[in-house]
Amino acid sequence: MTMTEANVVTAHEEHTVTGISNRKLGMWAFLASECLFFGALISSYLLYRGKPAVSGPNPSDVYDIPFTSISSFVLLMSSLTMVLALAAIQRGDEQRLRLWLIATALLGSLFVGGQIYEFTTFAEEGLTLRSSVGGTAFFVLTGFHGAHVTGGILWMLSLVGISARGGLPKERSLDVEMAGLYWHFVDIVWIVIFTVVYLTPS
Amino acid sequence: MTESTMTAESAAHEHPHPSPAKYVGIALLLAVVTAIEVALYYVELSDNLMIGLLLAFSAVKFFLVTFFFMHLRFDNPLLRRLFFVGVVLACLVYTAFLLTLNVFS
Repeated sequence: MTMTEANVVTAHEEHTVTGISNRKLGMWAFLASECLFFGALISSYLLYRGKPAVSGPNPSDVYDIPFTSISSFVLLMSSLTMVLALAAIQRGDEQRLRLWLIATALLGSLFVGGQIYEFTTFAEEGLTLRSSVGGTAFFVLTGFHGAHVTGGILWMLSLVGISARGGLPKERSLDVEMAGLYWHFVDIVWIVIFTVVYLTPS
Repeated sequence: MTESTMTAESAAHEHPHPSPAKYVGIALLLAVVTAIEVALYYVELSDNLMIGLLLAFSAVKFFLVTFFFMHLRFDNPLLRRLFFVGVVLACLVYTAFLLTLNVFS
């Protein structure tokens, strides 16, 4: 069976009215709603970032752009490994599927580790959740994003476990596609956060 | 329209996904765009030009990921409409919110 045929079989196995799997439709509806969730957090940051700090620096005073650029690159590359995992299961290559899923989880962990390091450094420089409203908005926004990435890592690892027990044949590629949609969404949210929060001048 | 007609129509809208080599090419393009964005940060430009360029590059990355890695270009158009309703709604609501509070002035 070719990759294309595998896609069509997966998409039509549930025989829904729209021809789209209910799970896939539900995931896209969830991601659409997440746009509003992260939109609210980004707007709050834009609203408060210029407000004078009660104590300590403003967020833009402590950003380490080269470090965050590398983190962004790592997360972007994890989207590549994720899509390669999906291509692997659609070919029926379970070994490569696990390899790419583990690579995705590792890159995601590297990103989250970088974020923890960044938060620690910022706290040492005086930027905390309570030092200014800008700081609060920054930590809430990037913290929620980090929590989403962490959820994605756990999802990847659970898929690796299921696959290792033989529970992810290519007929169940939709399971990996769902995780992939979530992971790529987390990536595009970071694309926006990196540009709007870190690079755009205050 | 019957269920089988809609399903057949939906299948007709779907296209084959890209090859792994193409995915690698798109990832390289994303890396290059990110590098350009970071380079822009260190260049002396007017704020308006800088913001315009950064938002344009960010949009390019957003569409590359959603259309190719998330397969919106190849999947049923209903999914594209569903997702972009959320994106456009978020942009409109929060732009209006920020304009109301004079954040851009």
